[in-house]
Amino acid sequence: MPATLQHVLVTTDWVAQHSTDSGVRVVEVDVDTTSYDQGHVPGAAGWNWTTELCDTLVRDIVPAAKLEQLLGKTGIDNKTTIILYGDNNNWFAAWAFWQLKVYGHDDVRIMDGGRKKWLAETRDLSTDKPSFGAKSYKAAAPDLSLRAFLPEVQHAIAKGAALVDVRSPQEFTGEILSPPGLPETCQRGGHIPGAKNIPWGKNCNDDGTFKSFDELKALYAGQGIRDDQAVIAYCRIGERSSLTWFALKYLLGVKDVKNYDGSWTEWGNLVGAPVEKP
Amino acid sequence: MKPEEYGRRQQELAGWQIFVETYKLGAVYYCTIANVDPGARFARAEGATRDEAESRALEKAARYLSKTRTFTVMS
Repeated sequence: MPATLQHVLVTTDWVAQHSTDSGVRVVEVDVDTTSYDQGHVPGAAGWNWTTELCDTLVRDIVPAAKLEQLLGKTGIDNKTTIILYGDNNNWFAAWAFWQLKVYGHDDVRIMDGGRKKWLAETRDLSTDKPSFGAKSYKAAAPDLSLRAFLPEVQHAIAKGAALVDVRSPQEFTGEILSPPGLPETCQRGGHIPGAKNIPWGKNCNDDGTFKSFDELKALYAGQGIRDDQAVIAYCRIGERSSLTWFALKYLLGVKDVKNYDGSWTEWGNLVGAPVEKP
Repeated sequence: MKPEEYGRRQQELAGWQIFVETYKLGAVYYCTIANVDPGARFARAEGATRDEAESRALEKAARYLSKTRTFTVMS
């Protein structure tokens, strides 16, 4: 197992033993923003991705000043070890991880297996909302080498960069416009020309933990993704692709990998954008 | 508190494969429904019993799933 796995992932056992340690802050971030209230890791904070991890006026990631406020009121300073976990095998925990890396936080990790594994192991849950002593946080200038914007994706098609569409096969082919049960958020179905479909779930085991280095390497190599090429991951709104971005960058060691958070809700609504089906 | 009676199963609902996850915390049963692919949670409910929580969540899930359109794709 490469060193990267040790550095960015912690086990549920580790969290059970260290969740209230000084200098450690555990934070739950869920797709379903009510999950935290249905019981969470004792002592964990809860962040709402729809209001706290984005710009609610302009479509964008969280602005630096807003992130500084959020971290400060969660009792996090620049030296805190942040442990993220959430539902759906850590979709939005990975989204938070990605944004924290964009803003330069050094020590942020993901609880392997997320909320699903914690529940399946019937570990302690709390419905108390802890309060934290406020701290001061200073975000770094955003590292845009981790984030792809539309022009770069358009250019990537011409350059032949690797585009990884992490949505389900049915979304990739255009058979459906959104995951079953969720609102449609695009005008056209299909995928960005040339993209490879490697669904996010292939990164994970049944218990929600990430697959091994060797398994991930075989998965991506099997689809022609090399670790020496530029890779851009996308999904529908950028959270599932955050998880794949995390796996590629931190578990596989791909150097140049970006998350295209505009994703299909941008591309699939663009007038005149090329779309490939199936 | 520890969650009790935790269970997770896969079934079909309105033509789609879903996961039903239920547990009891204190006196409340919590049920959430996720689609199997891609795995997004999209319906939830609480109840005083497992049946109550699950039937409420499944009713919502069926309603949401009925709005999912499918398109014919030519290969």
